[in-house]
Amino acid sequence: MSHRLVLSTNHAVAYAVKSCDVDVIAAYPITPQTTVVEKLSEFVADGELDAEYIAVESEHTALSVVIGASALGARTFTATSSQGLALMHELLFIASTMRLPVVMSIANRSLNMPLNIHCDYQDMMASRDCGWVQIYVSSAQEAHDTIIQAYRLAERSDILVPVAVCYDGFVLSHTYEPVEIREKEEVLRFLPRFKRPNVLDLERPITMGVMALPDYAYEFKFQLIDALTKVPRALEEVDKNFEEEFGVSYGLYEEYKAQDADILLVTLGAIASTAKIAVDKLREEGVKVGLFRPRLYRPIPVDVWKEKLRSAKILAVVDRAISFGAIGGPLFTDIVSVFANESDRPLMMDFIAGIGGRDVTIKELMDIVRMSGKVLQKGRVEKACIYYGVRGVEYE
Amino acid sequence: MTAHIEARKKLKAYLSIGVLLKGLKIEGCMLIEVRWHGRGGQGAVTAAEILASAAALEGKWVQAFPSFGAERRGAPVQAYTRISEKLILDRSFIYEPDIVVVLDESLLNADRSNVLMGLKPNGKLVVNSSREPHVLANMLRFNGDVAAVDATSIAIEVLGVPIVNTAILGAVARIIDTPRKESIIEVMKKKFPPTVAEKNLKAFTIAYDRTIIGRL
Amino acid sequence: MVELKKWYELPIGCTNIEPGSSLRNLTASWRTFTPVVDKSKCTKCCLCWVFCPEGAIELEEDGSIKINYLYCKGCGICANECPPRAITMKR
Repeated sequence: MSHRLVLSTNHAVAYAVKSCDVDVIAAYPITPQTTVVEKLSEFVADGELDAEYIAVESEHTALSVVIGASALGARTFTATSSQGLALMHELLFIASTMRLPVVMSIANRSLNMPLNIHCDYQDMMASRDCGWVQIYVSSAQEAHDTIIQAYRLAERSDILVPVAVCYDGFVLSHTYEPVEIREKEEVLRFLPRFKRPNVLDLERPITMGVMALPDYAYEFKFQLIDALTKVPRALEEVDKNFEEEFGVSYGLYEEYKAQDADILLVTLGAIASTAKIAVDKLREEGVKVGLFRPRLYRPIPVDVWKEKLRSAKILAVVDRAISFGAIGGPLFTDIVSVFANESDRPLMMDFIAGIGGRDVTIKELMDIVRMSGKVLQKGRVEKACIYYGVRGVEYE
Repeated sequence: MTAHIEARKKLKAYLSIGVLLKGLKIEGCMLIEVRWHGRGGQGAVTAAEILASAAALEGKWVQAFPSFGAERRGAPVQAYTRISEKLILDRSFIYEPDIVVVLDESLLNADRSNVLMGLKPNGKLVVNSSREPHVLANMLRFNGDVAAVDATSIAIEVLGVPIVNTAILGAVARIIDTPRKESIIEVMKKKFPPTVAEKNLKAFTIAYDRTIIGRL
Repeated sequence: MVELKKWYELPIGCTNIEPGSSLRNLTASWRTFTPVVDKSKCTKCCLCWVFCPEGAIELEEDGSIKINYLYCKGCGICANECPPRAITMKR
C-alpha cells in the first residue's frame, strides 16, 4: 500500500524512478535538477535501488550512456536542466529517431545569458522539435505519477519514443508538499518488463543507428512521425490504466471552469496551479474566465486543443518562454498553428511572463485576464504578444 | 474488495488535482503562511520543511519552498511554509504572511523592510534575540504578538554550532496552533539520524521553554 | 532497379537487423586498378592486411596473402604500404 511523504518535486521524481526499478541511471548534476540524481545515487548506494548509477563528466555523456544502455534493452533514466539540456541537444534527436524509450525529467530553468538559475521553459522549448514526448506537470504528485506513466507510454511497442517530464525549476523542483508514494510492487504491476524487438544482443547481432542516404533517411524519420501521432491516444490509455491501479488520473489536459468561459487562460505547469485561484477570484467578480492547461505538449493533441479552445471568445496564453523573433511565445505559436485553417476561432493573445524565475502572482494573472477582457470588448487584437511585466514597456 | 475500491475512490477524491474540478468541497479554508528569514547555513529551508511535514502529519495540505538567490553561506535567504485545510494551488511567493520568523537578529537592521514586508497587522513575529518581545515590538513598531528566544545561545550550547533552525522551531511551536509541538518532534526524530535528532530535540525543547511572548 | 522499401517495411529505429548484409554489396565494380601480388617478393609481413580498409585481403594457412577481388575497390593502399613492393597496381 502506498504511503504519504512530504517531498520536493525533485525527490518525488527520484522516488518514482526507484519504484519503476530502472536499470541504468546516468546524469550530471545541474541546479535545479541536482537533488533528483543526488537522491537516486543515495538509493543506489544504500542498496534500495538495484541500478547502475554511472557518474559522467557532462550531460552530453549522460544521455549518450543512457542511449547505449537503452539500446541494450535496459530501463533508463536521466535528468537535467537548462544548459545541460542544451548540451544534450544533438543526442535528443538520436534517442528519439532510434526509438529508445528513455525517460528524462527536466527541472526547467532559464537558458544563458544572462546567467540565471531560475525557472522558465526556454530550455525545453528550445528542444521542442526533437521528437520526444513532452509532458508538463503542475505538482509534485503529478510529477511522481507522470514518471511512472512515462515509462509505460515510452515502452509500448506501438510507441517506443523517449519521454521528457517537465516541471518548473525551484517553483516545483524545490517545493515540498505531500506526495502519495507509489510502491514498487504496485508500480511494477502497472509497468511489467517487456522485450523490445530491436536491442543489442550477442546472439542476434544487429546494427543500430545506421546511415541512411537520401533514398531512405526520410522513411526512417517518418516512422517517428507516425509513432508520435499515436501518442495522445496511447497516453489516454496509459492514464486510464493508471487510474485503475492508483485511483488518480490526469488526462491530456486539465481544465478549470472552462466550459462557459469567454476568456480562457492557457498555460503550462505551475502557473496553471496559481491561475486557478485567479479564476476563482475573477468568477466572484462575475468575469467569465476559465483555465486550460495542456499536459501533453508534444506531440500536440491537435483535435483536443481545437475542440477545447474553440468555444472561448479570447485565449489569454501565458508563455513562460520566449521564441526570439517569432510572433509570440512557443505555446502561443503552437495554438495559433492549431487554428491555421479554421475560420471559426477565438481571438488570441500571448503574455510572456515568469521569465528568469520572475514570480507570477494571482494578482498579475488577474491583470492579464482583465487586459484580455478589454481586448475582447474592442473585438480586435492590436498587439498579439505582450512582454508582460518588463520594466519600461508600455502595454496600452 | 469493495472496501479497497472505496478506499481508492476516497483517496482519489482527496488527492486528485481534480478535487476542485469535480465539485468536491473540503470544508474550511484555513491558510497559514509563514515566511522565514535567515542567512545561508542557518537552516531556514530545513525549518520551513520540518514545519510543513509536521502539519502534513496532522492531515493538512502543505507547501514548503525556498527562495534561493545564488546560494552562499551568510547571504540573506528566505523560505516559505503554507499550511491549509485544502489543496494549496498558489505557487507564488508569500507576500502577506501570517507569521514571520527571523533566524538572525542582524537581519532586523540589514534587511528590515523585507523582513516586515506584508506581515499582516494581526500577524505574529518570531525573532532569534536575547531582547524582550516588547523591546523588539517597539523597535520595529509592530503591534502584533512577538515571540523571542535566544536561539543562537541555545544552538551553541547544545549543538556546538550556530545552526539555529531547530531551536527557533521551538519558539514557532509556542505561537502556532497547527502543527502541534508533538508533530514537530516526530518529524525531527524521523528526519535526523538518532544522535543528531537527540541534540536537536534538546535545542528545540529548551527553546520552547525559554521563549517569551509579548507585545507592545 | 531494386524497388525501395516503404517506411513501414523498414525495421524501426534506424536499425539493420540482418547481420553481415553488407557482404551482398560487391564493391569489385568500383575498381579501376587491380592489385597484383608477386609472391616471390612477399615477406608475409601482413601490413597490407592491416591497412586494407575493406578487409578484402585474406590470410592463407601458410601466412601468405590472398586478395578477395569480389570486394577489393582498387584503392591501392596495400601497394603503397607494402615494404618490399610486392604489390603492384595494374589496369
